Amino acid sequence: MNFLSLFVLIPILMMAGLAIARDMKQIRTVAVTFSTLQLGLAIYTVIKYLAERAAGNTEEMLFQASTMWYEPLNIHYAVGVDGISIIMLLLTAIIVFAGVFASWKIEPLSKEFFLWLTLLSIGVYGFFISIDLFTMFMFYEVALIPMYLLIGVWGSGKKNYSAMKLTLMLMGGSALLMLGILGIYYHSAPEGGALTMNILEIAQNNAIPHNWQYFLFPLTFVGFGILGAMFPFHTWSPDGHASAPTAVSMLHAGVLMKLGGYGCFRVAIYLMPFAAQELSWIFLILTGISVVYGAFSACVQTDLKYINAYSSVSHCGLVLFAILMLNNTAMTGAVMQMLSHGLMTALFFALIGMIYGRTHTRDIREMGGLMQIMPFLSVCYVIAGLASLGLPGLSGFVAEMTIFVGSFQHTDTFHRVFTIVACCSIVITAVYILRVVGKLLYGAVQNEHHRELTDATWWERLSAVTLIVCVAAIGCMPGWISDLISNSLNAIVERLS
Amino acid sequence: MEYTIFILALPLAMFLLLGLLDSKLKPRVAGILGTLGMTVCTALAYFTAFQFFTQPRNAEGIIPSQVPYNFEWLRFTENLHIDLGIYLDPISVMMLVVITTVSLMVHIYSLGYMHGEKGFQRYYAFLSLFSMSMLGLVVATNIFQMYIFWELVGVSSYLLIGFYYTKPAAIAASKKAFIVTRFADLGFLIGILILSFFTKTFDFATLTTNPTAIITETAGATFLGCSVASWALALIFMGGAGKSAMFPLHIWLPDAMEGPTPVSALIHAATMVVAGVYLVARLFPVYCVTPEVLNLITTVGAITALYAAIVACVQTDIKRVLAFSTISQIAFMMVALGVATDTDLHTGLGYMASMFHLFTHAMFKALLFLGAGAIIHAVHSNEMSEMGGLRKYMPITHITFLIACLAIAGIPPFSGFFSKDEILTAVMHKSTFWGIWMTAVAGLTAFYMFRLYFRIFWWKATDCSHHTPHEAPLTMTLPLIFLAVVTCVAGFIPFGELVSVNGQPYHIHLDWSVATTSIIVAVCAIALAAWLYLKENKKPTAMADATRVLHTAATRRFYIDEIYLFVTHKIIFGLICRPIAWFDRHIIDGTMDMLANVTQWTSARIKGLQSGYVQSYVWILLIGTLLIATITICCIL
Repeated sequence: MNFLSLFVLIPILMMAGLAIARDMKQIRTVAVTFSTLQLGLAIYTVIKYLAERAAGNTEEMLFQASTMWYEPLNIHYAVGVDGISIIMLLLTAIIVFAGVFASWKIEPLSKEFFLWLTLLSIGVYGFFISIDLFTMFMFYEVALIPMYLLIGVWGSGKKNYSAMKLTLMLMGGSALLMLGILGIYYHSAPEGGALTMNILEIAQNNAIPHNWQYFLFPLTFVGFGILGAMFPFHTWSPDGHASAPTAVSMLHAGVLMKLGGYGCFRVAIYLMPFAAQELSWIFLILTGISVVYGAFSACVQTDLKYINAYSSVSHCGLVLFAILMLNNTAMTGAVMQMLSHGLMTALFFALIGMIYGRTHTRDIREMGGLMQIMPFLSVCYVIAGLASLGLPGLSGFVAEMTIFVGSFQHTDTFHRVFTIVACCSIVITAVYILRVVGKLLYGAVQNEHHRELTDATWWERLSAVTLIVCVAAIGCMPGWISDLISNSLNAIVERLS
Repeated sequence: MEYTIFILALPLAMFLLLGLLDSKLKPRVAGILGTLGMTVCTALAYFTAFQFFTQPRNAEGIIPSQVPYNFEWLRFTENLHIDLGIYLDPISVMMLVVITTVSLMVHIYSLGYMHGEKGFQRYYAFLSLFSMSMLGLVVATNIFQMYIFWELVGVSSYLLIGFYYTKPAAIAASKKAFIVTRFADLGFLIGILILSFFTKTFDFATLTTNPTAIITETAGATFLGCSVASWALALIFMGGAGKSAMFPLHIWLPDAMEGPTPVSALIHAATMVVAGVYLVARLFPVYCVTPEVLNLITTVGAITALYAAIVACVQTDIKRVLAFSTISQIAFMMVALGVATDTDLHTGLGYMASMFHLFTHAMFKALLFLGAGAIIHAVHSNEMSEMGGLRKYMPITHITFLIACLAIAGIPPFSGFFSKDEILTAVMHKSTFWGIWMTAVAGLTAFYMFRLYFRIFWWKATDCSHHTPHEAPLTMTLPLIFLAVVTCVAGFIPFGELVSVNGQPYHIHLDWSVATTSIIVAVCAIALAAWLYLKENKKPTAMADATRVLHTAATRRFYIDEIYLFVTHKIIFGLICRPIAWFDRHIIDGTMDMLANVTQWTSARIKGLQSGYVQSYVWILLIGTLLIATITICCIL
């Protein structure tokens, strides 16, 4: 059996383990053990991948395996990874690991919570390892459905509304995707050839007629773009994040939104390079708006989670923006931004969850001077904020700079002008981050009852420190990740030109 | 010169050590560790300078620059990659000396000044972070490395201004400083993007070796009447103007005085704020190709110099006076760079003058700030009205402060005289108009500095009745004395031999016509200040009353802050952010909700058809059949 399948198998075992766990202690033991295993597996995959590449294996996807699943439609369970998917796998493993510690004391129905959370992670892992459109789509759906219950049952605020809204909007995206995938499938082979769902074969055949690409590209791009919070389909994000419990926000903003970016890249652009070039300008405008618009909206929010949800709209907009530049550097930047945003937004949501768990409010007008009360959490929050506004030495900077420099290398003036517009977000980001830091952490203590609150516990510290270490490590040594990604992109970019 | 890496590594290690251990270390231990680290760092920097400047010159008489380290950190494209490295040339080595000297003095001084403060360890960690970033900035081998450290000094400055994080004014000031400089950095970043797009390189050495060739390639492309290269360089200058607090991006610097005073001395007087000047100097050969940008620099500098000098004359907070004085002095350096037109020794005199002034100014301005710190420490107030007659109680502070005032006023033989004279000569050489302008500003400088001096140390008759201020402890006076000595002798350093526009030795000779004029102007200004402020009297108030409008406007800094406040709050927040947020919630999200509501509404309307009542089904069946029958019959007939 191919070892990539372990990414799906380990969470399944974890679910089995959770099912038989009897008390909180056992649930935690199972969750920690298996999430550590996943993290180990992800690291092992990265090392093995690097070793394989160093040994001179130049295949586009490594560790491929394929099993016939449904013969009449030629659907396979096919797996394989390139540099981009392993980065995403690593990201998922890190966030699941941190998420387990962030939901140490989840109440009520803790067992069910972890079960659904694990199911969600199965969907995410499966999506990233699949190279068959159908399996990919199936895993995509597996990742979306648990969201409804996780928010609806364990959420806060107007959780029913949010859960419904999020699920419906994303399902709307799925409907577009389904259409798109069918369209791709029926044009996957040249006249008379065997139709296929395998992404690599479709790309090889390159048989989708241009007029069909004009139709299918927007379908798939918007379908995935909804999950990637593309303007104007982003409104599920603020409500959804605000209502979701901590670990779900972390996983959702950290990983699930990346499914959107990854899908846009892997399906829309990879399979339909012609339309990607012809139509990119439309989406470039939309994503460019996302970047600035999200940042401006974040400036006046008062709920911590809304601020970060809008900030995610801005940062994820930058991912799609960079992908549409269709050159190696910008796309490398996009993947780095996915990784960087995933880590730092997970950190943000974890910290917000921890603060909310203590103060029972997320309104920044009702809090203040937390630095005096919970210095550890506050310092972590400042670090997350600095990462978000692109401080060199933390991951945000390298990702954003790669995107900006890459995008600006575009030969077309229109693209360069839009790059400058996107650059403006670095100032607006600074505004809303410093606004929150100033109000929430500095200054005098607003509410005297807050003085009795305690600082982070060990599991909270572990969760935050894991993420901070990753953010700093990427920020200080970005070279190898950037090389890893850009080498994988070479083949794709060649097809584009 | 591989050991230079430790000049950067030591402060970084100190930052990590002090930052991670924080309160686990005793404050005293943290302070001493930080200071020791900085001492070693300073020693290394001096040794570097010694080795660098004593190495043999090449055939053209130039001290060859060195690159002990340079490795690729992040690759963007074939040609564009961020390298991290160390580039040693006369100006970067000079900056190493300046930064480590002032930083060490501030480290020592803070042992006394910050004694007993909460967060002492954090303070030293931030100081180390700042020193590392600033040192990294000056030794950058390429423009992107400079940008990286540029951002890092910005953050260190933010953290240090907001050191007293419970004080609302400090929080607001730190936020303002960061956002204003961030805005300027946006220009810097876009400038880098444009420049690198055309030149295909970030590397300083490549950019400056043959700038004409690089720039002419882009000459074809123009935008709004200026070549794209000019736009790129102007935008890069915008970044520099933000950090160096040039008008109209200066508004953050006076507020930054909310930070601890030693921080103001280090960051907001001697080192970080001259980063903009350093940036222009670093890219100077490239700027020479675009004279229109150099003219822009001259104009911006000259306006800033005058503006800040006027405002400094009426401020009552002693740190604010010094802040505006810093702005004005940095503007002198900018003007000097702006009037240098090419890399010839004589027409490029401004370059040398600018660097020389940067060097001397760092020393005497740090001295002034540290002196002000000692005074504030003694009287527990920043306001002039609380001071007066302090010369008896604080003799060391008094003498050192006087030396610094004489230096900044341009009185020989103190260092400021020599460097300012070079600047005025260079400006006069280029344009008489700006020459007279800058001489006038020099006169104003002498006036407001001595207004400050007399108001602090003279003015009131000394009375010993109540609580008497006393001299600062040794840790604070030692740095003062050291810097005062440097201020006395720095003018005699053969600076032109070491640093000049093309690297060839330049013998500084005073242009006596310029020097005499400036001395006379300065002495007159000092005399005026003495007449007004030596003894407590009503003349200053009377003068203020006579020029009410101008005086109020100057006190309110000509309402520039109000304009900014209006633009940011009313326009950006009120007319952009809020409407966008509203639009998002009500229009975009409203549409999504409407889709859902319409679906629900429709389903509610048509669900009656599927009621499940057999009777109604039969009725509909009957009516339908009858209708069809009728229609059929009608058709047949």
